[in-house]
Amino acid sequence: MDFQLSEDQIMLRDTAREFAEKRLKPVAEELDAKGETPMELIQETAELGFFGLTAPEQYGGLGVDSLSYALIIEEISKACAAHAIMISVHNSLVIKAINNFGTDEQKEKYLPKLAAGEIIGAYSLSEPNAGTDAGSLQCRAIKTGDNYVLNGTKSWVSSAKFAGIFITFVLTNPEAGRKGVSCLIVEKDSPGMQLGVPEKKMGLKASDTREVSYLDGQVPVTQLLGEEEHGLRVAFSLLDAGRIGVSAQALGIAEAAFDEALSYAKEREQFGRPLVDFQATQFKLAEMATRIEASKLMTYRAAFLYDTGARNSKEISMAKLYASQTANYVTNEAVQIHGGYGYVKEYPVERYFRDARVTEIYEGTTEAQKMVISRALIKGDV
Amino acid sequence: MFADSKYADFRKEVREFCEQEIAPLAQQADETQQFPQAALDRLHEKGWWAVFMPKDLGGLGLNAVQYSIIVEEVCRVDGSIGLTVAAHNSLGAGPIYNFGNDDQRRKYLHFGDPQGYLIAFGLTEPQAGSDAGGTKSFADKDGAYYILNGTKCWITSANLCKYAIITARTDKSGGVKGISSFVLEKGMDGFSVGKKEDKMGCRGSDTAFLHFDDVKVPEENRIGSEGEGFRQFMITLDGGRISIAAMALGLAVGAFEIASKYAKKRIQFGRPIGDFQAIQWKLADMACQIEAARGLVYGASQLKDDGEKFTQQSAMAKLYASEVCNFCTSTALTVLGAEGFTSRYPVERMFRDMKLTEIGEGTSEIQRVVIAREILKNTQL
Repeated sequence: MDFQLSEDQIMLRDTAREFAEKRLKPVAEELDAKGETPMELIQETAELGFFGLTAPEQYGGLGVDSLSYALIIEEISKACAAHAIMISVHNSLVIKAINNFGTDEQKEKYLPKLAAGEIIGAYSLSEPNAGTDAGSLQCRAIKTGDNYVLNGTKSWVSSAKFAGIFITFVLTNPEAGRKGVSCLIVEKDSPGMQLGVPEKKMGLKASDTREVSYLDGQVPVTQLLGEEEHGLRVAFSLLDAGRIGVSAQALGIAEAAFDEALSYAKEREQFGRPLVDFQATQFKLAEMATRIEASKLMTYRAAFLYDTGARNSKEISMAKLYASQTANYVTNEAVQIHGGYGYVKEYPVERYFRDARVTEIYEGTTEAQKMVISRALIKGDV
Repeated sequence: MFADSKYADFRKEVREFCEQEIAPLAQQADETQQFPQAALDRLHEKGWWAVFMPKDLGGLGLNAVQYSIIVEEVCRVDGSIGLTVAAHNSLGAGPIYNFGNDDQRRKYLHFGDPQGYLIAFGLTEPQAGSDAGGTKSFADKDGAYYILNGTKCWITSANLCKYAIITARTDKSGGVKGISSFVLEKGMDGFSVGKKEDKMGCRGSDTAFLHFDDVKVPEENRIGSEGEGFRQFMITLDGGRISIAAMALGLAVGAFEIASKYAKKRIQFGRPIGDFQAIQWKLADMACQIEAARGLVYGASQLKDDGEKFTQQSAMAKLYASEVCNFCTSTALTVLGAEGFTSRYPVERMFRDMKLTEIGEGTSEIQRVVIAREILKNTQL
């Protein structure tokens, strides 16, 4: 096995790291308090090419490999996990959906703008009554002339406020149930489309999350992505890429929390000596670092496997499961090491703790990952 | 049977009050970071700012088991108000009653008055957290006064309180025997409150630093003799830990009940998620842990009522109940999925409130130190 990163991978990682440390880290607390990301930061992210990581070069993207992608998400997440999820959804779900399933016209129309960050992509699969059971979605689309007419509500749509397009899953054939789902590219401000109020979330507060609802929404039939009634195939094919992104995000949050905890434990003196002199603290640090190391190896390997094209959903779900659990474990311990200071906003571990929680929920809950893993195990698909 | 089981009627009445009067205040208190005036008033009418106090001081004269029931039930619907009840009764009023003289009790514990008020407790300092004996605040004797300088941090009800009982060193030579305790009164020259802390959870509770800048404290404000302060505060914390344990238990129960209802009504894959074994086991684990924590909380409360030593038991109750609270609020949030991550359900708030229970009144790490110390002390070779 070769654990060396290539020169390109190192360069991309370092670019992301520098941007994260200089531009995101100093403002992350403020963005969390305000609950928004300023357009200028989105613009700077675009200038680095980070909105075109997964887009092919012919459309102006960087077309990076999955490991590079994971490294970038990891670095961004160390400074601001909310910023990372915007990049992750845009690249791993929206660009990939269009690149893998779009017509040439759709690719020409959207990929260059997405890759340049001129428009930000949003992804609309979940509904109030279709969460882990994504296939049971109810948002209805009826073909009427040149349009689909949409009625229904989508939940937890990241970046909804400023997104230019929404990859939206709708039911075009209710009789076919889960097999009657289709995927549409819905442009912002489409007639009949309405954005809800921002969700009041525990963490990732700088990331915009809303419901998007349709009351006789009008979407041209040319906006169908892939074949009609093949929507869930589109959705499920994207899960792996999305999970690599969240896995890398969880890893970044854990690493940032660990770094803070280690430096605090070195500085903070109680009973006349630094906390690192106490065995209980030493062992906490050892456990945290070991779990981070395992998460890192699993995440990087999942990204590597993804590019080989081999069957790898199990490994990717395992990485997402373990990295998100580790993020929760490590941020919890980092708060403990900080004591009262860990509970207030002057120290970033307070935010890391709140941000970590959602990594076990979105892109499939921990329970959904276990469904994927156990199915693969039982089917003998190892 | 648990010590609390004979108080079923009492608990029922307490629960009804909490659901009617406190639950509706919780979300706004969290969002605005303001302790609700309505809670201050209603709890005063109810006598819950004087749970342990005898009737002649306007108190309810209740025992530790009943007190734990009150804290648990308040926290079942709101951690911030529950924490404020716990901090005031156990930490603020408790040591003045237990270690003060009659004059001091009459002066500071006049809960029969028409207006309710709070008493804060100041032990922790920026450089003296888990190492509480590292107190740097200094009270310099000057005739019939002490001149007090220093800072106390993470003080619950710092703005709201009328009085604060705090520790300060009266003997520069160091050691915990050089620490004394004093009651400070709001309005004393040089006694000020820092900016309100922006906390992860328990945001409805009022937390800030207290600053002492040449505060002239009359000798009669000293509680007990010089040098007794640290011991008084450690004894006070033994009881205080039971109330944080009860707080943790209440939060766990509140989150568990919401998750159980959600599991029964949320349909995915064509059936309630409570039909899935993965969810069933989560509910089973939560229920078991809550039951075990309940045993520790009320066991320690009963020991206190029986006049037995309960240092180890209160630390065990606090350690275990707060870790159970972490497990239960986190697991409940998981059961609720993405909705659990938002303020649509109180579980999101309970999860943030929970983290205080593993930190306040001695971190989990300090509880382990206390428990191990008691074990080793009592182990005969």
